[in-house]
Amino acid sequence: MRKILVVLVAGAVAIAATPSARAHAFLDHASPGVGSTVPTAPEAVTMWFTQQLEPAFTTATVTDASGNTVDTGPAQIDPKDPTELRVALKKLSPGTYTVSWHALSVDTHTTTGHFTFEVKP
Amino acid sequence: MHPILYDWRCAQFALAAALTITQTDHALAHGFAGDRFFPATILTDDPFVADEISLPTFTLDPTASDGSREFGLGADLSQLITPNWDFTIGSQWQHIRSPGLPTVTGWGGLTTGTQYQLFINAPHEAMALAALDVTWANTGNPAVGAPDFTTLSPTFDFGKGFGDLPDSLPWLRPFALTGNLSLNFPTKTQSMGAQIPNSLFYGFAIQYSIPYLQGEVRDIGLGPPFNRMIPLVEFALTSPFNRGYSGTTTGTVQPGFIWAGQYFQVGAEMIIPTNSLSGHGIGGVVQLHFYLDDLFPRSIGRPISEWW
Repeated sequence: MRKILVVLVAGAVAIAATPSARAHAFLDHASPGVGSTVPTAPEAVTMWFTQQLEPAFTTATVTDASGNTVDTGPAQIDPKDPTELRVALKKLSPGTYTVSWHALSVDTHTTTGHFTFEVKP
Repeated sequence: MHPILYDWRCAQFALAAALTITQTDHALAHGFAGDRFFPATILTDDPFVADEISLPTFTLDPTASDGSREFGLGADLSQLITPNWDFTIGSQWQHIRSPGLPTVTGWGGLTTGTQYQLFINAPHEAMALAALDVTWANTGNPAVGAPDFTTLSPTFDFGKGFGDLPDSLPWLRPFALTGNLSLNFPTKTQSMGAQIPNSLFYGFAIQYSIPYLQGEVRDIGLGPPFNRMIPLVEFALTSPFNRGYSGTTTGTVQPGFIWAGQYFQVGAEMIIPTNSLSGHGIGGVVQLHFYLDDLFPRSIGRPISEWW
């Protein structure tokens, strides 16, 4: 019993101790927040991920309720913090907006997500 | 630029792009269907192929109907052969105490399987696979119930996230359902003086993903560790249907949670028997599960077809 336990735990520890692993990038939080209502129109949507992002294949778009694009161009990864993705916005009027992102972490794992936020009238 | 040099640079670019696309496709692994991440559930077979290992799984079963109590320590490995096809192998070391009898220990039967991903539908967060599992004869200690016959189990597993529900039902969107259906065909009709029936195994897991809630619906401000929690309830039932065993369905209900991190997940569930035939009292199970594609993305975390 003890030998089996030692072997299994040692195997688990050996796997867990792998030094250079990177993984899927999940959305940690965003500004404006996911599902939030903001009193004034934001100038940009900023997202923070759980992993560093690969600039070439990471994208984000923002659309209004009619599906029109309201971002001003490609999303940018902060060079000082590669977990931060920012997409600048046109001047928004009150309404509900959808953020769609596609993240490629630096080891080529992809993840996608969508969320909305509302600008108050 | 010289045409040959230009062609060479184009070829380099095309090769780099092809490699990137290949790697990107492969990296869609361990339970993603669109925006949905399905964790590896403990009781219900997962509806996706993957490079993963459960090591270890501690199980203390409820007291069985004959009064015995079983403790198990198991390990399961799943390894991709191609991006849509994997094999699985697993076994469990068991320790059984029975009233008035000596304690017995040993390995249960070795189980192997092969699984093929039938589809992944990203917009509808749906996926399914077909599998053939085999529990092999004479690969464990008969004293702990390891069989002296092989059992073949064709299986269908599915998963469905509810993220495509209408916007009017936002709080239901983090729900997901996974399930499996299999038929067990033992290669013997009798063993040690007892009839061995064919049986139907069916199980499902209802889960509510806090990461999905906070990433897709509404950030309610939950921080670590709760922001990675997935509460769930699993059900599994086995119904023999011939050789005098009809109507003797047994099963368990297992409420619990899974905490899904970047490289591994931890799951813990209570085990509640569904009827007196399934036992009495309450057991429990705890599992540590690693995502090999995240831990070893350039070696064993890739399909075997991409190792060379």
